[in-house]
Amino acid sequence: MVCDNCAKNEAEVHLTQIVDNEMTTVHLCPSCAADKGLESEGSKNLPLTDFLAQMGKAAMAEEEAVTAGPCSYCGTTVDDFKRSGRLGCPHCYSTYDSQLRAILRRIHGSTQHLGKVYVPPAGEAADRGARLTVLRRKLQRAVESEAFEHAADIRDQIKELEATVES
Amino acid sequence: MSNFDPASMTSFGLEWLDTTGPHSDIVLSTRVRIARNLQGFPFPVRTRASDRTAVLTTIREAVESKGLLPDAVFIEIEGLSSRLRELLLERHLVSRELIGQNGAEPPAAGALVVSAREPVGLMINEEDHLRLQSLTSGFNPEDTWQRVDRLDEKLGSELSYAFHHEFGHLTSCPTNCGTGLRTSVLIHLPGLVLTKEINKVLQGISQVGLTFRGLYGEGSEVVGNLFQVSNQTTLGKSETDLIDHLQKIAGQVIEYERRARAVLLRDAPNVIEDKVWRAFGLLRYGRSLAFDEMMNLLSGVRLGLSLKLLSGPSVYVLNRIMIFAQNAHLEEASEGTLSASELDIHRARYVREALEQVEPS
Repeated sequence: MVCDNCAKNEAEVHLTQIVDNEMTTVHLCPSCAADKGLESEGSKNLPLTDFLAQMGKAAMAEEEAVTAGPCSYCGTTVDDFKRSGRLGCPHCYSTYDSQLRAILRRIHGSTQHLGKVYVPPAGEAADRGARLTVLRRKLQRAVESEAFEHAADIRDQIKELEATVES
Repeated sequence: MSNFDPASMTSFGLEWLDTTGPHSDIVLSTRVRIARNLQGFPFPVRTRASDRTAVLTTIREAVESKGLLPDAVFIEIEGLSSRLRELLLERHLVSRELIGQNGAEPPAAGALVVSAREPVGLMINEEDHLRLQSLTSGFNPEDTWQRVDRLDEKLGSELSYAFHHEFGHLTSCPTNCGTGLRTSVLIHLPGLVLTKEINKVLQGISQVGLTFRGLYGEGSEVVGNLFQVSNQTTLGKSETDLIDHLQKIAGQVIEYERRARAVLLRDAPNVIEDKVWRAFGLLRYGRSLAFDEMMNLLSGVRLGLSLKLLSGPSVYVLNRIMIFAQNAHLEEASEGTLSASELDIHRARYVREALEQVEPS
């Protein structure tokens, strides 16, 4: 498919927009897309990433007084994040905590995880008691939702953990 | 786990085409994926090759030590020819990110793991260290989620994931953090497109936290009236709520599509019947088919089958054409590189042969 704009190069960028109830799709080659500000040259950014980067910019602007980063673990800077829409490592979530909260609220409408509670593998949990508490809570949930096979697995894990604590 | 034998590629990872799932006359497939990262390593985008290799080894050992995916095939992306990498992409088993952008070498230490026993697998060192994924036939969010969840529970008791008490699972892109869960259904909506109701429906779903994409996911365009509908948010709701919500909303979209088809059949039966048969005729006898044109014609025939305006071919045959008449598949079959015009000719020949035995009434 050739570019809608220059009608010369192969179209690689497909932009679908809904304006006033009408859906239109524009097919552009990378250089025409770059001219229209859709994608910078050589960039692999997807529209979503640009969108995120824009949100990142807005959030950063709001908190201009905060000069967080670069991340002490992976070296990711605010500019890296703005450009790519991506963080470098788990530690970045602490480095950019306040900016990220604003972004997460905008994307998800929340900052609080309400999904499954992850329990790290045995031996790595600092406190086995805490791990047992979480497992027991999971067991209760599994029984309530009648996921008996899963419940049996959790019960075995609890037994195993209790045995190691006692020994 | 065994290593990959390219000779097995003819039938590899195609179970989701088999139309055994619910509503498979409208919904082609359901996909569920969750994103996970290992504690102690930067995300793949930020890691050195040596770290990426360490991540790959750690995950592979975890999978093998517990025999989690006993008959799975383990595929290191770097060892594959560019043709094989494109084949995996066309089968919807890997993302562009994992196999490298057009023509470029793939990023270091990326891998794909596919179970032979059930439709579940892993992508390693993609945007995140680990993507657990499942692709099944028809409209099946709950069951598909269960498969991924079971694997996640087992892997999570072996691997140390990066998890935050408030933000949940930490991911490279903040759009994925929390549950890391993305569920999508690939829906065929010609009725809504022809009755011009589609924009209303798409706007409606975007107002309730869902979004749509094209056939190849993020950034791809809609072809052949195929829309991938998925959840937009991953944080602030439980996995069950996200799955239930998608199930409910996509279920409504399916219902609207059925109604739109009924309206078409009532108000313009001759126009629709003509459209369907012309589509079949062009596929059956055409000598050159561009990919988008083929997808639009397949959409017409698919609609005709669902409305019983045609007695054949089967939906399964259409699904197979959609995969095997893509560029890399055609080049693989011809054992060479094809120009754009040659591709269209090979595509038309493949489709003719696939429909040769079909004598619909």
